[in-house]
Amino acid sequence: MHTDKGFNTILYISGIIILVLVLGIFMSLTLNSLPSIKAFGIKFFTGREWNPVSGEFGAFPFLVGTLLTSFLALAISIPFSFSISILLGEYQKRGVFSSFLNTTVELLSGIPSIIYGFWGLFVLAPIIRSFELRVGLPPYGVGIFTSSIILAIMIIPYSASLGREVISLVPGDIKEAAYSLGATRFEVIRDVIFPYARSGIFAGFLLSLGRALGETMAVTMVIGNANILPKNIFAPGNTMASVIANEFTEASGNLYLSALIEIGIVLFIVTALVNIIGRVIIKKMGYEGEN
Amino acid sequence: MLKIIKIFFLTSALLGGIGLYGGNKNIEILGAGATFPYPFYSKLFDVYHEESNIKVNYQAIGSGGGIRQLLNKTVDFGATDAFMSNEELEKAPAEIVHIPTCLGAVVVTYNLPNNPQLKLTPEIIADIFLGKIKMWNNERIKAENPDTKLPKWNIVVVHRSDGSGTTFIFSDYLTKVSKEWKEKVGRGKSLSWPVGLGGKGNPGVAGLVQQTPGAIGYVELIYALSNNMPVGIVKNKSGNYIVPSIKSVSLAANVQMPADTRVSLTNTSAKNGYPISSFTWLIVFKEQNYNNRSKNRAKSTLNLLWWVIHNGQEYAEPLHYAPLPKEAVEKAEGVLRSVTYNNKAILK
Repeated sequence: MHTDKGFNTILYISGIIILVLVLGIFMSLTLNSLPSIKAFGIKFFTGREWNPVSGEFGAFPFLVGTLLTSFLALAISIPFSFSISILLGEYQKRGVFSSFLNTTVELLSGIPSIIYGFWGLFVLAPIIRSFELRVGLPPYGVGIFTSSIILAIMIIPYSASLGREVISLVPGDIKEAAYSLGATRFEVIRDVIFPYARSGIFAGFLLSLGRALGETMAVTMVIGNANILPKNIFAPGNTMASVIANEFTEASGNLYLSALIEIGIVLFIVTALVNIIGRVIIKKMGYEGEN
Repeated sequence: MLKIIKIFFLTSALLGGIGLYGGNKNIEILGAGATFPYPFYSKLFDVYHEESNIKVNYQAIGSGGGIRQLLNKTVDFGATDAFMSNEELEKAPAEIVHIPTCLGAVVVTYNLPNNPQLKLTPEIIADIFLGKIKMWNNERIKAENPDTKLPKWNIVVVHRSDGSGTTFIFSDYLTKVSKEWKEKVGRGKSLSWPVGLGGKGNPGVAGLVQQTPGAIGYVELIYALSNNMPVGIVKNKSGNYIVPSIKSVSLAANVQMPADTRVSLTNTSAKNGYPISSFTWLIVFKEQNYNNRSKNRAKSTLNLLWWVIHNGQEYAEPLHYAPLPKEAVEKAEGVLRSVTYNNKAILK
């Protein structure tokens, strides 16, 4: 009896510690961004000028940069992660090829983000640059598009693994029932597996999106660090995480610092919002008994 | 159970041993700040370590970072190319003094075929960085460089993404020579750049310019030279086109220096002086007894600074920095003698 009670207490305490931690982070962020909230109010989210000299701080370019790169990265990664999930979950559940592909995909998630940044800067950017030269755009090399590609590669493993799991959990008997009625493989995937695994696959995409929203190091090396609204997809821009990484250590002056912290809080809230909306959609999509 | 206890003791012994080892080293002087003079400081601190066996750990995180870390009292000295303004000094928790260490040039470097050496006027530079001149084969650039073949390429502006003293020097110059720059952008370590990409540190800007055809950026002279990048010849106030070099930077220093050594050299009126030159400073607190600093540590820091402005000066020229002129050394000595520990001067 003692061990049971002790064990329960440990569980509850761990849970409470996490809650307190998250609450503490949120509160200290809010407290430190109060000067900026008081000075700018709603204008902070619509202001396009980030000017440390004049003290005018508007975070709209960073909001746009974050959302643009993250959603674009998700869009680029979806075909790949979806295909990998089906391949590994349905076609090649066992075998040498399957374990090789599995390991490689999971390796992708283990690569440190700064390595992705280096690769992006030294390998991908020159490729994009020569493309831009050929079509007559300014040859930045870095920019929104380059960072979206890097992010896409980084987030593939998250949705691929989760997708693979839920697809492989589709009960064999309903698949066999479909086959016995004369369905082709593609029809089984489209009409049996996909509706069943829909919410799990979507949850995987959500996980990927959450990762992309907060990614800092890889993005800051290839996004071009221009604190202005990107003119087109090949132009440089900046994201919320990247601008904090760039300017935090040297921000002098209370307003500057608290404006950066306010960006931190906005990022926090945007990520939380995306997660909440995602959960609502997952619930609506899910079958009964689905986790 | 016993096994767990044994592992626990082993681990703590190991960690304790590491801690002890870490604690037994000599005093390590900590500094942080500007990337502008980093090649110079890097060499200096290396030599100092060989001569005096004291290690100096310098982190080139940008002038803004250097000031911030000194204000946070995490470093013994900060390094900045942008001397602290009167407002910044008033906001500091205690009095801070500036010691000049050398002079450097901020040069305009670019990536064009055949690395031509371009003549540039202050107006052209300002308009390029404002985004008003967008193509390399612009009439005004062609007029200054009639013999150079300028390609029909986009000008890709590269600036700093971090808080930088180099940016401060460059924008200080542009504020003096362009009214539009003064109104639209102004001077500062972090600016609201109308166009361009941001690179981290002088090396970041140099790297981006090197990789991007048609790019133009501003870096400290040594970064352009050591990467074999072309450097712009800038027209100064007297109308002469000056090549940035140790000589032209030293000539720019022919100005009256105040006792606290804070002076701006940009847009110098010296006839053959390079117009985008600047001193760079090391900053320390005037009263060294703060945060339980030991007298030993304060003395070591001051000895290092004294050495930098005297024996250290011989290492400036090989790295293309200009050594301090005599007047600057005298004023710097005065500043160092005013630094106290418990209100008593440390150096005699």
